[in-house]
Amino acid sequence: MSTAGARFGRLAGPFRRIDRALLAAIGCIVVLLIAGALYDRNFLSPDYLLQQLQVASFLGVIATGVMLVVLLGHIDLSIPWVVTLGGMMSTAAAGHAGLAGSLAIPFAVACGLGIGIVNGIGVAYLRVPSMIFTLATNAIAQGLMIVHTSGFAPEDHATPTMHLLAVERSILGIPNAVWVWAALGAGAVVLLRRTPFGRRVYAIGNSERAVFLSRGNVRRVVVACFAIAGACSAFAGVLLAGYSTKAYQAMGDPYVLPAIAAVVLGGTSILGGRGSYLGTVAGVVLVTLLQSILSIVQMPEAGRQVIYGAVIIVMLLVYGRGPKVVS
Amino acid sequence: MTAARLRSQDFRYWLASHRGPLFAAALFVAMFALFVTKHPAGASANVLNTAANKGALLAFVAMAQTLPVLTGGLDLSVGSVFVMTNCLASTLIAGTPGQVALGVAIVLASGLVCGVLNGLVVVFGRLQPIIATLATGAMYGGVALWLRPAPGGDVNEDFADFMTGSLHDVVPFSIVVLAGAVVVIWLPYRRSVLGRAAYAVGSSEQAAYMSGVPVARAKFLAYVLAGLFAAIAGLLLTCLTYSGEANALLGGSYTLNSIAAVVVGGTSLYGGSGGAIGTIFGAFALRTIGDLLFVFDIDPLSQPLFLGVVLLIAVSLGSFRLLKVKKRVDLYR
Repeated sequence: MSTAGARFGRLAGPFRRIDRALLAAIGCIVVLLIAGALYDRNFLSPDYLLQQLQVASFLGVIATGVMLVVLLGHIDLSIPWVVTLGGMMSTAAAGHAGLAGSLAIPFAVACGLGIGIVNGIGVAYLRVPSMIFTLATNAIAQGLMIVHTSGFAPEDHATPTMHLLAVERSILGIPNAVWVWAALGAGAVVLLRRTPFGRRVYAIGNSERAVFLSRGNVRRVVVACFAIAGACSAFAGVLLAGYSTKAYQAMGDPYVLPAIAAVVLGGTSILGGRGSYLGTVAGVVLVTLLQSILSIVQMPEAGRQVIYGAVIIVMLLVYGRGPKVVS
Repeated sequence: MTAARLRSQDFRYWLASHRGPLFAAALFVAMFALFVTKHPAGASANVLNTAANKGALLAFVAMAQTLPVLTGGLDLSVGSVFVMTNCLASTLIAGTPGQVALGVAIVLASGLVCGVLNGLVVVFGRLQPIIATLATGAMYGGVALWLRPAPGGDVNEDFADFMTGSLHDVVPFSIVVLAGAVVVIWLPYRRSVLGRAAYAVGSSEQAAYMSGVPVARAKFLAYVLAGLFAAIAGLLLTCLTYSGEANALLGGSYTLNSIAAVVVGGTSLYGGSGGAIGTIFGAFALRTIGDLLFVFDIDPLSQPLFLGVVLLIAVSLGSFRLLKVKKRVDLYR
């Protein structure tokens, strides 16, 4: 198994642990910032950049879960409707007379956790390929939400707490959503780098069989990762509902490609087993900046999609290529 | 060994190797029989034609999905190519028969171009098919939106009615097109060197490479033909609706259902076994589930949930193979 470092040659000194993909992602971010500044002078203003970070944090929360699953060598395609489910369940719980408003967020996250556990059981115990199983649970989440809302936009509104988390700037003028993402990210780094669980996640991504033979519980780790991914997606839905004060149909649809692209552009191998959380952060910022530049040049939606897809492919071609023969 | 015993062994081997497609075919026949007996109009030409048209649409998209899946890959852009060619066809399939013929040729060629792009990116760019085709799919969706910002279209109705009508009021023409695609494209492909190479690559890319199998060309051709099949589906959709619409949700749902149809039709998502015939039956079986929900008066709002549960059960059925695994270590790769 060749790591990115071995393939490109190690870097010297303090940069030893930073792989090429991360450097390339940071380079792309700098290029995008310069391009944005050339087009519009306000692009580099602190306020605009903080606003971009705030938007990025929603994607960052989703990408955290996606990264765990991708590190295992699996993929979670149930993101769109788990995000929507998170948003809708939180506003529904907030609007429910019998429930205290403070239960809105835990309830929504628990719902996402539940779908994630189902995903994990399907992948780990039933051994269904994660791609198809999570597509099926995505369809079920969609079906549940259509029944729940009778096909209309739900009437309920976000709670003040959700609004506080997603929109307000309580500490140091930095959006609370960014703090939330930072806290979640710190948790993810500790989990991945400092716990046996995290080492096992990487090990499973490299060889499930080896982990099984060394008496690691592969299945439980896989279920846990999918559960965390589901909870992250639902929590992002909560934040999004807080951001726009409402949950709406298909609110999670624009997040699948960006989330997976952010993780992969950040240097995490989609085959599993290698990748760093710092890379994912860079990937999320990169994707968000790209989207923001495409929207400020007032490109019509059609051109935006074409350029967006093309840029992701070009960036992957630059540094995300696989081995010549898959073993 | 007597000849009769040999033949019975051949038959048993054939049965074992075609279990997936046979299961899908049996499932479809059983459900369709139930649907027809329950339908107020019975087995009239109209009912059959509608079912055939809806099934053929998904069958073509799912055939497109089958080819990359056989090589161990995946094409998440088939739905977008389907929608994009629909938008293109809604502007080109108009006017004189000559113009219509030219339009059909351009639409099919555009599908091939999408397939070539996918193939280039996945095979020669060496990107993971999931993420690469997700990105190219976004691009094709953008092109569709550029071609047709608002739903609409101007379609030669004679041609459209011919494509979606019935021959002598008995055989739906979409079935004829489907059979034609199987005989003209799928069967020759399956028997060709590159077709067999695709199966070899799906079983073990490393072994195929070591044995001198043309790995890159086999994978490339699979993605190119996938684009062609998706374009045929787009053409058929245009003939059904007389219009085009850059509907990303429609594309997404066709991509999802195409993967489901491939699985129900007995093709392994890990590649190397299965085929387009099983996929066709898988697609028709999936479509019939929707029809059954309709004739049994299931609340339209709960139909998506119902379909999701059926899909989940269908993809979990393969887990019965786990019961046959003797050593637990064989479960892990």
